Amino acid sequence: MIRKTLKVLDQRTGDAPLLRKIARYVFPDHWSFLLGEVALYCFVVLVLTGTYLALFYTDSTRQITYHGPYKPLDGQKVSEAYNSVLNLSTTVRVGLLMRQTHHWAADVFVAAIFLHLVRVFFTGAYRKPRELTYLIGLTVLFVSLLEGYLGYSLVDDLLSGMGLAIGYGVAISIPFIGGNLGELIWHGPFPGTDVFFSRMYIAHVFLIPGLIGMLLVAHLGLVAMKHHTQFKQGPRETERKIVGVPTFPGQAPRSVGLMFVTTGVLFLLGGLAQINPIWLWGPYHTYLSTNGAQPDWYLGWLIGALRLMPGFDVVIGNYTLVPNPFWGGALFPLVVLAFLVSWPYVERRFITHDYGYHNLLDRPRDAPLRTGIGVGVFIWVALIFVAGSVDRVNVFFDLSYTATIDVMRVAVWVVPIVCGAIAYRVCVELAQGDEAERRRKRAEHRAKAMTELESS
Amino acid sequence: MSKARDLFVSLGVLLAGRGRAKLPERERIVPEKPPRPGWEATAVVLFGLAALSALAFPFLYAFGRHLSHETQWLGLSLGLAFVLAGAGLVVAGRQLIVTEEIEEDYPPEEHPEEQELLAQAIEETGDSLVSRRLFVLSLAGAVGAIGVAAVTPLVSLGPVFGISKFFSTPWRRGRRLVDESGRPWKASDIEEEDFYTAFPEGADEEELGSPVVLVRLPQSSFDLPPELAHYPANGIVAYSKICTHAGCAISLYRAPLFQPDEPKPALVCPCHYSTFNPADGGSVQFGPAGRKLPMLPLEIDRRGYLRAAGNFDEAVGPSWWGVRNRKPSPA
Repeated sequence: MIRKTLKVLDQRTGDAPLLRKIARYVFPDHWSFLLGEVALYCFVVLVLTGTYLALFYTDSTRQITYHGPYKPLDGQKVSEAYNSVLNLSTTVRVGLLMRQTHHWAADVFVAAIFLHLVRVFFTGAYRKPRELTYLIGLTVLFVSLLEGYLGYSLVDDLLSGMGLAIGYGVAISIPFIGGNLGELIWHGPFPGTDVFFSRMYIAHVFLIPGLIGMLLVAHLGLVAMKHHTQFKQGPRETERKIVGVPTFPGQAPRSVGLMFVTTGVLFLLGGLAQINPIWLWGPYHTYLSTNGAQPDWYLGWLIGALRLMPGFDVVIGNYTLVPNPFWGGALFPLVVLAFLVSWPYVERRFITHDYGYHNLLDRPRDAPLRTGIGVGVFIWVALIFVAGSVDRVNVFFDLSYTATIDVMRVAVWVVPIVCGAIAYRVCVELAQGDEAERRRKRAEHRAKAMTELESS
Repeated sequence: MSKARDLFVSLGVLLAGRGRAKLPERERIVPEKPPRPGWEATAVVLFGLAALSALAFPFLYAFGRHLSHETQWLGLSLGLAFVLAGAGLVVAGRQLIVTEEIEEDYPPEEHPEEQELLAQAIEETGDSLVSRRLFVLSLAGAVGAIGVAAVTPLVSLGPVFGISKFFSTPWRRGRRLVDESGRPWKASDIEEEDFYTAFPEGADEEELGSPVVLVRLPQSSFDLPPELAHYPANGIVAYSKICTHAGCAISLYRAPLFQPDEPKPALVCPCHYSTFNPADGGSVQFGPAGRKLPMLPLEIDRRGYLRAAGNFDEAVGPSWWGVRNRKPSPA
């Protein structure tokens, strides 16, 4: 059976030598290399569940009166888009499971990419020859943020409508072109016309997933062409030699197992852990909003930045040069992106002066300055992220919102510097400890050899 | 128990291995590994449970229509099926299949010879051109121009160059204020320490220029600049309900419960907590908004209904580069 299949395929495609080569491709073994795989499998789940959802979705903001099984909304004015998702969640069997799984998968997808980025950053995996792989990965991360935002905006519930209003506010705040850009995207001033939802829809289900898919292919292709990086776990791993398990047997069953487990966990979450109960939020109208609104986790940093900005527009005469949302909603993510994109080049130009070829990964302690700066930047973003949900924390602890924001406005600058300095110091100490340990071992070894020599 | 397990495993192995042809002895590719019946049985049991769990899914779909927590059961069966099957595969990968460690050379850093050959071929191709520069320039020009032509249709996506619509609102002098269902507001409906939403009678409620918030303040609390002094009607003030920061609806009203020591009344947007003072024309008290809230002048007609006495004093909605250029005008 096996032989017959291989024969038939090889005769038609001549694939046997290629398959044999693939089977012997080497995968270095480390748990942190699985984060990217988890993201990939989330993407598969997203495409499949999303396709299912698309079979029921209506991309129209035409207002109709809701008469469905969910009685609390009976008689309310809702858009056809919201109506279709509400019906999918309440009357289509398996519909709610698919929707919740899709939503969870999106959250886990971005989380996995983010953790993957953290791993890549702190181990220096982006160094030559893998800069391109790294840049493509960053593009996937930022495009995925937009993809997720469009996804939950399509529902047209109260929360997503507020999110769109903020997105519009950020878009038109861009200096010089903002107003025109907003009109271009929304087909007029907010909330735009009906075609705006068609645009979001085609972008969410076709343009952006297609782009992400192509970027993933390029990302994985580049990884395979230059082979994986590896940690130095013993004397066998060197810059020239890669050590690990072959694709088959070895990596393949584990990886497929991971795909199944990821998929399973997402379906368990989708079935058991409620997410985005849109019937509770109700339909969106421009004149409605709610307190305690929180976006999906991966947009929390932008909300935090918008909230922390002190209130001012930069105005010259009657010309509004920089409306306020630009700082937190557009400039802040661009600064973070610019840092991540430029880091490999900044590091080698100004810090390490190392233009060499690297297949072995650093441990964080091996590059204290990188670790220190990285910790600082990540903590900076993390604190701003926390500021995005500080209104919920305040209700819980009964603190003053304004006082907390005032404190945070200072803390987001001070704490990262302190943390970065501590991280740098810890790395230096650890590296020195390692060095001392190495020297001790060497001396012991030499002493032992000496005594053996003398006794003989 | 272990006897039964051995029997089960050997039966499985026997059945699966039935009729396999004996091959001539050859050197092994995958190193030999002693059997591990315990782990093998674990994997088989996991796959079996996965199959059961997966079969529960169509079963639940067919017969679970009136089950309470249907979504939870469906998610549980499908999720467990995947997790169990995945666990079985991981057991197989970690415990049953040979985990040989192999070494391989990394691919070479670069291929200087190939690079050179490619570069030479490209250069030699251009040898026959009289003016290479002119050729390349004209080709680049053509491609660039076609690029411009290709993106031109995108301009149709929206009104790009006219932003006069940003300044238009449905309000004009005499237009009545109505609630969400179209019932006109009377001045006597508006009470202190409460907060009301109003729209221009007969207008599109979804337009950013439409919704206003109404609050009534004690006469003594007003602190309006002279140009806005005539905007309130009988202590009632109206402001655009759309936050000037990022366009959310201002749906929070902080009314002090104890006047002497609590903060003054304020209109608050729940998105980023921009806080506006309704007593002084809508100035920003706190939060990220960079522009005051647009105020709508009010009057009360002879029958006691609230009417607009004009348009807003400032453009409505989140700010863009031209927001301070002119005053809003009726559509």
